[in-house]
Amino acid sequence: MADLEIDFCGVRSPNPFWLASAPPTNTGDQVMRAFDAGWGGAVWKTLGNPIVNVTSRFGGIDYGNTRLMGLNNIELITDRPLEVNLREMREVKRRYPKHTLIASLMVETKEEWKEIIRKAEDTGADLLELNFGCPHGMCERGMGSAVGAEPKVLEEISRWAMEFAQVPVIVKLTPNVGDILEPGEAAVRAGIPALSLINTVKSLMGVDLDRMVPLPRVGNASTNGGYCGPAVKPIALHLMSQLSRHPQCGKLAISGIGGISNWKDAAEFIALGATSVQVCTAVMHYGYRIVGDMIEGLSNFLDEKGMKSVMELRGRAVPAYQEWGELDLSYKLVAKINEDKCIGCQLCYVACMDGSHQCIHVPGRTEEESRKAGHTHIPQDIPNRVVTAKAGTPGARVPFVDEQECVGCNLCQLVCPVPDCITMEEVPSGKPTESWNDRVAKGTDFVPGGLDATMAARRRSS
Amino acid sequence: MRVMQPKRFELPPGRAEEGFKDKKPLYTQGEAVAEANRCLYCVDAPCIKACPTAINIPEFIRKIGTGNLKGAARTILTANILGQSCAQVCPVEVLCAGSCVYTGWGREPIHIGRLQRYAVENTLAKTPDLFQAKAPTGKRIALVGSGPASIAAAGMLALEGHTCIIYERKAIPGGLNSLGIAPYKLKSPEALKELEWVFSLGRIELRTGVEVVEQAKGPGQVSTSELIASHDAVFLGLGLGADSKLGVPGEEGDGVLGATHLIERIKTEPGLTLQGVKRAMVVGGGNTALDIAHELALLGVEVDMVYRRSEKEMGGYVHELDGARLDGVRLVENRQPVELVRKDGKVVGVKLATTRDGKTVPGTEELVPVELVCMAIGQERATGVARAFPGVELDSRGRVKVDAATHRTGNAKVWSGGDCVNGGKEVVNAVAEAKIAVRDIQRHLAGA
Repeated sequence: MADLEIDFCGVRSPNPFWLASAPPTNTGDQVMRAFDAGWGGAVWKTLGNPIVNVTSRFGGIDYGNTRLMGLNNIELITDRPLEVNLREMREVKRRYPKHTLIASLMVETKEEWKEIIRKAEDTGADLLELNFGCPHGMCERGMGSAVGAEPKVLEEISRWAMEFAQVPVIVKLTPNVGDILEPGEAAVRAGIPALSLINTVKSLMGVDLDRMVPLPRVGNASTNGGYCGPAVKPIALHLMSQLSRHPQCGKLAISGIGGISNWKDAAEFIALGATSVQVCTAVMHYGYRIVGDMIEGLSNFLDEKGMKSVMELRGRAVPAYQEWGELDLSYKLVAKINEDKCIGCQLCYVACMDGSHQCIHVPGRTEEESRKAGHTHIPQDIPNRVVTAKAGTPGARVPFVDEQECVGCNLCQLVCPVPDCITMEEVPSGKPTESWNDRVAKGTDFVPGGLDATMAARRRSS
Repeated sequence: MRVMQPKRFELPPGRAEEGFKDKKPLYTQGEAVAEANRCLYCVDAPCIKACPTAINIPEFIRKIGTGNLKGAARTILTANILGQSCAQVCPVEVLCAGSCVYTGWGREPIHIGRLQRYAVENTLAKTPDLFQAKAPTGKRIALVGSGPASIAAAGMLALEGHTCIIYERKAIPGGLNSLGIAPYKLKSPEALKELEWVFSLGRIELRTGVEVVEQAKGPGQVSTSELIASHDAVFLGLGLGADSKLGVPGEEGDGVLGATHLIERIKTEPGLTLQGVKRAMVVGGGNTALDIAHELALLGVEVDMVYRRSEKEMGGYVHELDGARLDGVRLVENRQPVELVRKDGKVVGVKLATTRDGKTVPGTEELVPVELVCMAIGQERATGVARAFPGVELDSRGRVKVDAATHRTGNAKVWSGGDCVNGGKEVVNAVAEAKIAVRDIQRHLAGA
């Protein structure tokens, strides 16, 4: 069994699965139930001066029959008295000494930061997380993402925290910035040892078209909220990786956040540089119980890959994240459609026709019919194969790929509803590996057929 | 200009059919959207090809999914003007849903019929004004019979601006749609409501209680020559005739009913009871036999369905037999009644003989006690009316002969479609044939 214990800035946590600062960590009772379910740590719902919330608070996006592909909220930090939260945190830490308790903090002035850091540390919290990410409500008062989007302010408050804190400090970053490296580098300058990201993305969830009010609706109005859930995972992976491959930021411990719903998501974040991961939406959707599968799944995965600990997985995929200019222009993939699995829906055909390079054909057509359908290139060889889908409706036609024309874009595979029916197969291109940057170095980075002005400038320079 | 008053057709309360529950009730919005979202939105979809009226099924399902219900209904009704009743009565298991790619993949097919019902029923209830008839052309078309073929043809012709006059022998219009569909699929008032909607599309006049005959002898009759002379075109949607008889001793008298006759009574007759009937025997192996057997079982009667060949050879759909069996119908294969036994005039039993290759084997008779026998071995052809039109020919099986591409009969002014042409198929086939006929009538009226 692989070791799931992690070391996060010197704090040992039973596993990398932490609850993010959010409604699931609102009270001591909740956090204790979460720890009983198996969560390794919890970032308490952000402490500060109590606030007032509105109704309603959440908005969701469904995709087809799948609910909550994305969730947004306009809830603020904790609305409970500070003393109540501190008392419960102390109690949680007393009862669960080995679990990781993180205090999320958000206040304004230096004095306030000093006081709240002292009070939070008094509870026995293992780590502090500075909430510089919340993109709704609090940012209008100069806190949350207003800090995260302003590197100088972030750096200054981070310095205060480093001055007052005894335990390691995490800076939680907002994705609502042009360049994530700016706040990341500001945190490095302040001496911060850890980052967590992403906080939620500024969003409006939709519009109630009968009332002409955006969602979620509070009476006759709405406001921008923070977007999270599975839909933001790709955005989070990108922003986090930008930091983890940065020479300085990459040395910090990172707690990955953003749409993590299962062990695979977690493994991906860890492979791209996270030490721990934080989860919120999946728990708000399905409850604390999901952590059982996360623990077991990650452990099995590490065993299968022959890795003894989470730390061995950490950052493994970072080197493969490169600039476009470094990608191999000679690499070639071709789509293959398995005629035994095809059900004849022809979604690949229409996707390729209208959304890609018109290289998937329906057999049984004459050249004239093919041209009428929109094909400009007729394959020389029509494959001699069955045209009736074995797995599908009798008479359904199994499309085939013109391999000469296929650009290997993946689209057909992405739209195919049948698992493993369309596969992308490597074919030797017969060309040596060459990237665009190689061409730049050789001076062959020019593709004819463009603008006259570009061509003229090119001639002048050569 | 004479504007037709919208007609309301009402049936008396207390009909047996009112007690039947829908086997496939109207979806709620949540159910419909969830089901619509399952559809793959296939290209060149097999479900469209399996639909005799070629409804663009993936298109209307997608519209349901996006909340464009009116658009969904328009897609359906443009291809099939009787989209409401077809949604409820179509054997989707052997048509669209049967050819759904999910079916071949071993997964649950999309419930296309129920989605279609959801779109059409809700849209027609809220915004029935989906179509606008063209300006009046002054052309008059007579339609004989008011079953699905005639109603569909009349609706489409009315939208083209023509005036349609429907001649119906019975008091209640709608033919099999209002009188012959199993009530757990479609009840008479539902069929009549759809018919009222079709009538609202344009100039459609209904004359009930009128018989079309060779020589009219008084009121309530109109002669074929007059019909042809006073109209620009005639459409024959005659349907089928009375239930066929077996021709065995004891068949005449109380306790023996034709299947379509009994279904009509269940659907329209107030206070019909089956008192004293504990056991019934249905004779036949087609879908009408399955319908009446299923209906009797749902009315609490013990039903034996007797078929002279094996289950494999039955004309009725497998899914209908499965449904009937679930509700208690027992299929007795390879048997044939040879005599109906009566006591004091009342049916008390049926003598059944074993059959081999559909023929009775002597000496194998057994007596099965029943109180009611229902004949579902086919229907006579409505040959009389068709023959009364000069030039209209019938084939050897009594079906009206038409040109398949135009549905025009041997008389250049007469077209035909529906059961009287195809020998008894689905409502959707009647609509498909009406579409072909209407297209040709249009060509004819345009002087082509």
